[in-house]
Amino acid sequence: MKKNIATISPGFEDIMPEEYQDLVNDGPYGRGLGIKNLGTFKELIEEHPLCAGCGLALAIRLTAASLPAPEDTIIVGTTGCNSILMPQLAIHNIHSLFGNQSSLAAGLKRALKLRYPDKNKDVVVMAGDGGIADIGLSPTLHTWLRRENLTTIMLDNESYSNTGGQESGMSCEGAVLNMAPTGKKFPKIPMPEIAKDSGCAYVATVSVANARRLGRMVKRAILVAREIGPTYLQIFVPCPTNYKFSTSETLKRAKEREKIMEYISSEAEKLIKEANI
Amino acid sequence: MAISSYRVIPGPESYLSPAAASMGVVLPEKGEALIEGKIVPEEEAIEKITEKLILAKNPFFFPGPLILWAWNEKAIAKAKAVKELAEAAGAKIIPMPDYRPKYPMINPEEEINPNHPNLTIWHNKIDTCVFVGVHCHYANLALKIIRGGTDCYTIALCGQAGHEDAMITLRDIHSEEVQKLTEVVKRAKGGTPQ
Repeated sequence: MKKNIATISPGFEDIMPEEYQDLVNDGPYGRGLGIKNLGTFKELIEEHPLCAGCGLALAIRLTAASLPAPEDTIIVGTTGCNSILMPQLAIHNIHSLFGNQSSLAAGLKRALKLRYPDKNKDVVVMAGDGGIADIGLSPTLHTWLRRENLTTIMLDNESYSNTGGQESGMSCEGAVLNMAPTGKKFPKIPMPEIAKDSGCAYVATVSVANARRLGRMVKRAILVAREIGPTYLQIFVPCPTNYKFSTSETLKRAKEREKIMEYISSEAEKLIKEANI
Repeated sequence: MAISSYRVIPGPESYLSPAAASMGVVLPEKGEALIEGKIVPEEEAIEKITEKLILAKNPFFFPGPLILWAWNEKAIAKAKAVKELAEAAGAKIIPMPDYRPKYPMINPEEEINPNHPNLTIWHNKIDTCVFVGVHCHYANLALKIIRGGTDCYTIALCGQAGHEDAMITLRDIHSEEVQKLTEVVKRAKGGTPQ
């Protein structure tokens, strides 16, 4: 959807709700905006139903603001806290069966390549740690091993949060949650290392507290996936509801535990340098 | 094929009204239409739509994304024709710009959403509504919810095979057919409205 297609049919401009008029007249479609422009354009999310202080909601907001081409992006998500918010984004998005998001996204990307051979259509898998590292690990790995042109973004809140707080593979060893009262017995899954070893051309980790860097990483991950092969971005998004801290402490927690890592293959490095991002 | 005894009529029918298709209502063939679940000739349905629109106290048109957005010339032409029809019928327009669930809720004065269309019907006290340009699944979903929870009379002008869940549905309706319907409504009202 190019900006000139996101046009209201003549005669209906006045009856369209203000939100849609704003999206058409002042939205990010086709304008190459980013996080530094937040506050100056109509964002792709109006409001959201997630908990107060939710790190995941902020990560989706920042990611949506960083997409290099939101009008040509399809987000594929799966069950989790994110799936409550995702349908409200003014971006094409698909909710898959739990864990099936990467398989669906791979098929979609291949179909889009055939249907629009001259256009870049970015397919971004955005899901929680349970969806990517536990239930959907096999499809995730196989899309990486097959070198599919997909960006995978994990919103890592280190638990199954909207089902009451079960431990996930991404919870840290010893983590105590509502439904893991004796503490987790094994370490956090090393997904960045797995992604690198499975063939991702770009792998990065960041927290939601580092907005500018997060935005840059989103752009890099999508550009590399578009031109070279699979990419993986892991965003740490603390959950005040299940980890039982004050809603005002989300960013503090994110900063304290943030691990910034960026692996860029030599081919990807060249591309990123040329694109100057 | 057995004829269904189920009638698609104004509700409130039930909290979860059944899909008309599951009750045996089948879609019309070309040149046919549905009135309250019964297959009739298209002309009969056009007359009934005209009657319903003219006699309605508070008719509304609900145009959907297929015509609200200027995807192509056909969409623009159909949008123009629908607006003229609404004006000829003396109906107001509330758009369904997309199908996103809205948090915390939509503003029923300016928008209708397929996930809770009854809010818009109730708030505006709509007694007759016309769906046009709404994708099949979401139109049927909304029509079913309206039948379940309101007494609004529903009409669907469909560009494809029609909607079993509407009380009256025409199929294969494009800009030319909408223009013809407008002429019928104008004639029935006794001239072009001022």
